Amino acid sequence: MSLAGRLEGEEAKASSPSSRLGKTVTLGPGLAYLAVMLGAPLALIVGYSFLTRGSFGGVVMEPTLDAWGKLANPIFFDVVAGSIKIASIATVLALAIGYPAAWVIAGLPAKWKTVALVAVVLPFWSNFLIRTYAWIVLLNNEGLINRVLRGWGLIDEPLGMLYTEGAIVVGLVYIYLPLMILPLYSSIERLDPALREAAFDLGASPRRTFRRVLLPLTLPGIMAGSIFVFVPSLGNFVVPELLGGGQEIMIGNLVRDQFFKARDLPFGSVLALCVIALMLVLLFIQATVLRRTRETHG
Amino acid sequence: MAELWRRTPLWMAYAFLYIPIVVLFGMSFNASGLPTVWGGFTTSWYGELFSNDDILGGARTTLLVAVGSTIVATILGTLLAVGLERYNRSRVVDAAVMAPAIFPDIVMAFSLLAFYTLIGFTLGRVSVMASHVIFNLAFVASIVRTRLHNFDRSVEEAALDLGASELRTFWRITLPIISPGIVAGALLAFTLSIDEFVIAFFTNGPAHPTLPVVIYSMVRFGVTPEVNALAVVLIGLSFTVIFVAQRLGGVKELFT
Amino acid sequence: MRRASGLVACLGLLVAACGGGDAVEQNPVDEQSIVISNWEGYMPEDLPDTFAAATGFDATVSFHATNEEIVGKLVAAGGEGFDVAFVSGQFAQALNEQGLLAEIDPDKVPNLKNLYPEATELGYDPGNTFSVPYAWGTTGLCYRSDLLSEAPDSWMDLLRPSDEAAGKVTMLATERWLMLPAQKALGFSVNTTDEGEMTQVKDLLIEAKQNLLAYDDTTFYSKLVSGEAVLVEAWDGWCNYGILEDPNIKYVIPSEGTDLWVDTMVILGSSANKDAAHAFLNYVLDEDNHAWVVENILYKVPNQAAMDKVDPSLAETFPNLGMTPAEVLGGEALLDLGEAQPMYTDIATEVAAGG
Repeated sequence: MSLAGRLEGEEAKASSPSSRLGKTVTLGPGLAYLAVMLGAPLALIVGYSFLTRGSFGGVVMEPTLDAWGKLANPIFFDVVAGSIKIASIATVLALAIGYPAAWVIAGLPAKWKTVALVAVVLPFWSNFLIRTYAWIVLLNNEGLINRVLRGWGLIDEPLGMLYTEGAIVVGLVYIYLPLMILPLYSSIERLDPALREAAFDLGASPRRTFRRVLLPLTLPGIMAGSIFVFVPSLGNFVVPELLGGGQEIMIGNLVRDQFFKARDLPFGSVLALCVIALMLVLLFIQATVLRRTRETHG
Repeated sequence: MAELWRRTPLWMAYAFLYIPIVVLFGMSFNASGLPTVWGGFTTSWYGELFSNDDILGGARTTLLVAVGSTIVATILGTLLAVGLERYNRSRVVDAAVMAPAIFPDIVMAFSLLAFYTLIGFTLGRVSVMASHVIFNLAFVASIVRTRLHNFDRSVEEAALDLGASELRTFWRITLPIISPGIVAGALLAFTLSIDEFVIAFFTNGPAHPTLPVVIYSMVRFGVTPEVNALAVVLIGLSFTVIFVAQRLGGVKELFT
Repeated sequence: MRRASGLVACLGLLVAACGGGDAVEQNPVDEQSIVISNWEGYMPEDLPDTFAAATGFDATVSFHATNEEIVGKLVAAGGEGFDVAFVSGQFAQALNEQGLLAEIDPDKVPNLKNLYPEATELGYDPGNTFSVPYAWGTTGLCYRSDLLSEAPDSWMDLLRPSDEAAGKVTMLATERWLMLPAQKALGFSVNTTDEGEMTQVKDLLIEAKQNLLAYDDTTFYSKLVSGEAVLVEAWDGWCNYGILEDPNIKYVIPSEGTDLWVDTMVILGSSANKDAAHAFLNYVLDEDNHAWVVENILYKVPNQAAMDKVDPSLAETFPNLGMTPAEVLGGEALLDLGEAQPMYTDIATEVAAGG
């Protein structure tokens, strides 16, 4: 996916003759749109985060740091930490499933590559709520998996799989796996085919080859895919609700609840800004790692 | 054999991705309506699906929103791509355009709702459409830009040397060359908009929920067999879209 | 960029400044039609059509999943987009304090006379000035009598379940009803704002999570039917959907007492179709129509004339329908918490995140 390329930090364009008019006509409308629809709302929540909550929603124009102070409450801190944990596990699992799969796809004959990729993306294009719902059907105590296992006499009591942290993780991996595979594929595909063959055929300590040669070379794809999985996992509020049975909440639930339950816009703004901060930290790590590998591997 | 064995990871990934879908498919023909009891074959859930006003209304809204936001995003995004590729040297501008693509939807949804509330923008189909344009624009710009990046500028330069105006060159030379990228971008924007839930949930008014929001309320009310039928229909639709894209030559753009 | 956003913010303030205050201009009566928001399945499906046929006003229905969702939307949009909304009493109270509701004109709703006298003096809105009660009832325990050896009679049976029920109980997640079992079990008010009391409530709820299958507002009755759950916290009418499918399912109000919830119909202040909106309220309160509501959704309505018309045999199957107003009013009415609302939300968060 070309977006992956973008995130990998392609070199800035070669200098081109700049025409003021052309620049205004092409960049103007889009940037104006983003300024109003993205810039202004973000500026707004930054402002809100320093204001006082109105009793019945809205804000009161009294500057305060109360909303930021709430972050010190261990409960909210736990939610943030728990969300990071769940999103991290989901990311690692997606990587574990996605990396070998992307590797196989990259090695397929050309005509099968597109088919294989389309097959990866296809589920992604059915509604994600329905895909989440499918897991309720599979995992619940009277659900398909438990029925089958009981039918075969493997278990007596149903395994409590639904409404657990594990179910949330599975749901997140399932939803976002294609976003992991695509950038991985594009960075593996770019490797020298001879190098790819070597990884399998030379036999001599493949683990070493992988770690020393292939891993660094595919790192851009790993980073991009991980961010694609981690960031939306972090903010997801539907999966914890449907598959977690409301017993586990993540930052996304918290943000939504500030609007629809607590009617606390300032704290909601603070939480939203935290999500952005986490994302920026990740992007920074990504940029640093990529620069390092580029330095060491020329 | 070795070849097959080597492909195991891919088959496992496919199994993971498709087993739930196969289950939904099977259940959509199950008369009993319960996921665990086979009550005989029926197509009645499909009938109920197509006579369910909420779903049909949601589908209409979703299509409207998706088409509207795709058109706006494709125009703005293509212009942006050209601008970024040809005229822009600022990394900040670069990042600003790409930001919505990875921006967490919950943050965008929250800040947009706060913003719309403040300026008194009536929540409804237009507000969802306007919100979807934001991230769609980034994806279109990204895909079109790759296409622009990869094509041979000498064709353009030749046209310019021969005396064609910049606008004419763009219209007659550049645009046709990058059109597969534009088609791919538009398709991606369309599908993203159709599937989008969080922002639609926040920024839509009550009267015309989009399909994902309708599905959300159905799913929350438990195991509804119509949802299975709906899943099958939606996947069938994505198949069709991909097939069309293949015909238009747009699919490869998404993966290169 | 900064200039642009400054401009937009100024524009926004301008719009906000102009928007408030004026009386809403009403559409001519013959052009009025209304948009209603209700919980899904909480109104007979044919009601909008029969209403249109009887009065000539068109009605469109949209759905919300929870009180919070619709109130959030209404507050965000200043009430725009709807004419009539169904919300619980304490939420109607909150909306009214925000200035979002229209005053009910009793002359346009003559069927208000059908209400039980008790239903016109409810705590959140004495005299029905901004809301009209639609349905009312209690929250209690809904359970599988065939899978439990002893019938539950205390909220503690839910919070500290016996071995046979452990891991097979669900509780409501909407926060007022999330707190209720612990509040009642500990002998507190459902409207308590005392921090010490709420800390105890929180601790008990976190302890209860060990034996919980899930928090569930919407599908608990189907979990009972499938046997995934054997004991759930439920609104009385919703337990009936389980009873319909399995006669072994029973409903009981625990001995510590419970709440009295009232779901109301309100008219939005921003509505340009207030005549049609009043006509809708009046139409619902008609004794035959409201009796049809009871038979269709299996919830009690605070409408004496309508309850008298309901087939008495229904009350044998569905115990909530047989309760008298005095019994219903034995529950404690839920009130809006105002300033204490964030404390409840924080505790709900702590409960969800804890344990």
